[in-house]
Amino acid sequence: MLFRKSPDFALVLFLILISGALSVTPAQQKKSIILATTTSTEDSGLLDVLIPVFERSSGYIVKTISVGSGQALKMGEKGEADVLLSHSPDAERRLVERGFAINRRVVMHNDFVIVGPSADPAGIRNSGSAAEAFSSIARQKALFYSRSDSSGTHALEMKLWQSAGVNPEGEPWYRQTGLGMGQTLNVTAEKKGYTLSDRGTYLSLKRTLGLDTLFEGDPQLLNIYHVMEVNPARWPGVNHTGAKAFADFMVSKEAQKIIRTFGVEKFGSALFFPDAGRKDMERF
Amino acid sequence: MDLIAEGLRKAFELIVSMDREVLGITWLSLKVSGIATLISVGIGISLGMIIALTSFPGKKIVISAINTGMGLPPVVVGLFVTVFLWRNGPFGFLDLLYTPSAMIIAQVIIATPIVMGLSVAALQNLPPKLRLQILSLGATRWQMVWIMIREARLPFMAAVMAGFGGVISEIGASIMVGGNIRGYSRVLTTATVMETGRGNFDVAFALSIILLLLVFSVNYLFTMIQQRERPR
Amino acid sequence: MSVPEVLLAAEDIRVELGGVAVLELPSFALHESEVLSVVGPNGSGKSTLLLTLACLLRPSAGHISYRGNVLVSHDAVFRFRRRISMVFQEPLLFDTTVYKNVASGLRIRGLSRNETRDRVAKYLKCFHCEHLAQRSARKLSGGESQRISLARAFAVEPEILLLDEPFSALDPPTRHSLMHDLEAMVRETKTTTIMVTHLESEALSMSSRILVLNEGRVVQTGTPSQVMSRPSNQFVARFVGMENILEGRVISRERDGLSVAVSGRVLHSAGDAQPDEIIECCIRPENVTIDNPDAAGAGNTNRFSGTVTHIYSSGPFVKVSLDCGFHLTALVTREAFSDLRLSEGTQVSASFRPSSVHVIRRSKAELERLKS
Repeated sequence: MLFRKSPDFALVLFLILISGALSVTPAQQKKSIILATTTSTEDSGLLDVLIPVFERSSGYIVKTISVGSGQALKMGEKGEADVLLSHSPDAERRLVERGFAINRRVVMHNDFVIVGPSADPAGIRNSGSAAEAFSSIARQKALFYSRSDSSGTHALEMKLWQSAGVNPEGEPWYRQTGLGMGQTLNVTAEKKGYTLSDRGTYLSLKRTLGLDTLFEGDPQLLNIYHVMEVNPARWPGVNHTGAKAFADFMVSKEAQKIIRTFGVEKFGSALFFPDAGRKDMERF
Repeated sequence: MDLIAEGLRKAFELIVSMDREVLGITWLSLKVSGIATLISVGIGISLGMIIALTSFPGKKIVISAINTGMGLPPVVVGLFVTVFLWRNGPFGFLDLLYTPSAMIIAQVIIATPIVMGLSVAALQNLPPKLRLQILSLGATRWQMVWIMIREARLPFMAAVMAGFGGVISEIGASIMVGGNIRGYSRVLTTATVMETGRGNFDVAFALSIILLLLVFSVNYLFTMIQQRERPR
Repeated sequence: MSVPEVLLAAEDIRVELGGVAVLELPSFALHESEVLSVVGPNGSGKSTLLLTLACLLRPSAGHISYRGNVLVSHDAVFRFRRRISMVFQEPLLFDTTVYKNVASGLRIRGLSRNETRDRVAKYLKCFHCEHLAQRSARKLSGGESQRISLARAFAVEPEILLLDEPFSALDPPTRHSLMHDLEAMVRETKTTTIMVTHLESEALSMSSRILVLNEGRVVQTGTPSQVMSRPSNQFVARFVGMENILEGRVISRERDGLSVAVSGRVLHSAGDAQPDEIIECCIRPENVTIDNPDAAGAGNTNRFSGTVTHIYSSGPFVKVSLDCGFHLTALVTREAFSDLRLSEGTQVSASFRPSSVHVIRRSKAELERLKS
């Protein structure tokens, strides 16, 4: 009689409240695109400019998930994203070869720079190549901060260590942050170490960092961004129309013009160089 | 030092000028965590009530499980919710990943054990015969429940505050299941982390101060309600 | 005179706790306007009985009926509970004002605001607590809290009032003044009442009937004087304060009573039993008189010489243990104690009237047990 439980009460409340939760999400769900991209594009602020332009002209809502390039490509591979924007050419090509992504097109590039304290304790300023700069750092056991987050930047860094013939893994001067580019730069500045950064992120943070560009200009340091659509044949659930619209937009004249001028006003020079349609970039 | 001074100045500026984006982020934080808290209060108090007021085999195990859940790491919750809501996951058809709803779901999972655990404790702290006294006064089951809630209102309010405080300041789950999408699922904590990453310490400062103010005002409001109508 | 109606009845009640029976009640009836005290030591099942009768505890067997209707359905139980009121040992007041506490039962019943105000005022006055109305119930003394709890119980004007050791936690003066007010209220409103207590004085003063519980069973029920003077077994005898319980054999049965052999001495009792029967003779210590061995009255019935073995202080009295061939305890006033210059080893003579010797005959079950 009086000790009967009332699960009905809890259940009713639960259902009412859950439906309340669902009602918060706007109804135009279906018209959204999930863009998996690298932290560098997000942190530089470029997407904050590009995406509203695209959303206005196309009517799509872009959900930007900014993670390391490695994770972004993984999301594409698993069909959790519709369109990918990344800078890890080797991994991207493999993804296309395995049939998970299609229509890979070059969007833009900037380059990587090796930054460090202006005192340059490892003396890399006059190195002949990026690999040489890296081996100087290793020789001098100067502090080096690695993102170690399977991002495009990390992938390139590993490649450079390989060319320098150094295995930094486990060395006391080799520190792994596991963080995004911006935060890794902050840590590097704080500890007066060296790191490899894309120019865009570095420039956007430069005024607060106190780190100098110590090495640049090696063709190996090119940082090339490609856009790809996730293969709808592999993952029927993806929003391919939207993905294609976004990819087309990224290589369109309008977007390319925005990329060319982005950052000029604020940093004195552009952060990215538009490359859409350039035949000579096809080798990447 | 410059950075701190400038950061604080900018923070003040952003708050005073009611920057639209900052306002939107603040409102979303409040909305997501507010709704999540409401839902967890609904579930937590009603289930807590049932658990505290009935006896059943394994009750101690259930209570221990709830108390463990009170310390559920948000990133673990975030990971599980993400896996479940993936397009190709079991609830992918709901298309909820990277939406405020997903953040609410994750936050409900984080806050419910907190609210429930504290509710169970609150009810168990009432005199054991109070329930019999209320029933003997002729109360229906609902009246009894209502009076019990009123009697435990101070610890219940503390439970609500703990739940809200837990989710509004939580980052791990929000960034995983919400994606920190600008103007859509970006809340104070995720925005703070992002702005820190971008080196915009001033904005990050502003957002943290707003977060603190928000938590403070909400707690102040609850405390007011809690202390109201306390006769001399 | 018409027989009062049975308000509340119970049949074949059995309450188990963790598989052990804590209460067994083959039959029980509570009549209209009756004031019943349930007494017994701690753990005898008194509170369990009260909770069961209030339908707040479901018995594992048996049923309760109210005015002849068996209380089974949730609805019937609920309607029944609206006709009763209960006060526990702890006041269990709500965390709000005194006024709202007294009003709580009325609010639960949905009484109008005006009616509620009048009732609350009336019952606060009955318990002399008008001045506390706007105080927080959390800031009252123990006595005040229990007064408010009683006012709250009376405010709903119950048909049956159930009191579970309402005064046990209070100090004696507070307890007496509250007892007095409660007694007046119960008499005035003629409310049918069941009061659980482990204090015989509470039970004596206001009840019309006493029910003695031990180990979950009813051992005796009767009017206070019946239970007090004629306990039906050793347990009740001890419980109601008959400290002297002497086993003896009936020598002869006369017109005005019995002669009983106790440890080689002969006692006279006004009770009744068969010759040669083994009985218990119970004497209240306050009925034992002590005087000097050479005082007048030698040769009276039930006058025994003995030696003082122990002296205990007992409030305004002194308890004196004697060895008269059998063990006897007497209660004397402090004045008498100093007049007699009593100390351990003093020779005295003790006497008591035959009518003060209550005889308990062994029950059949007990006899069976002894035989085997």
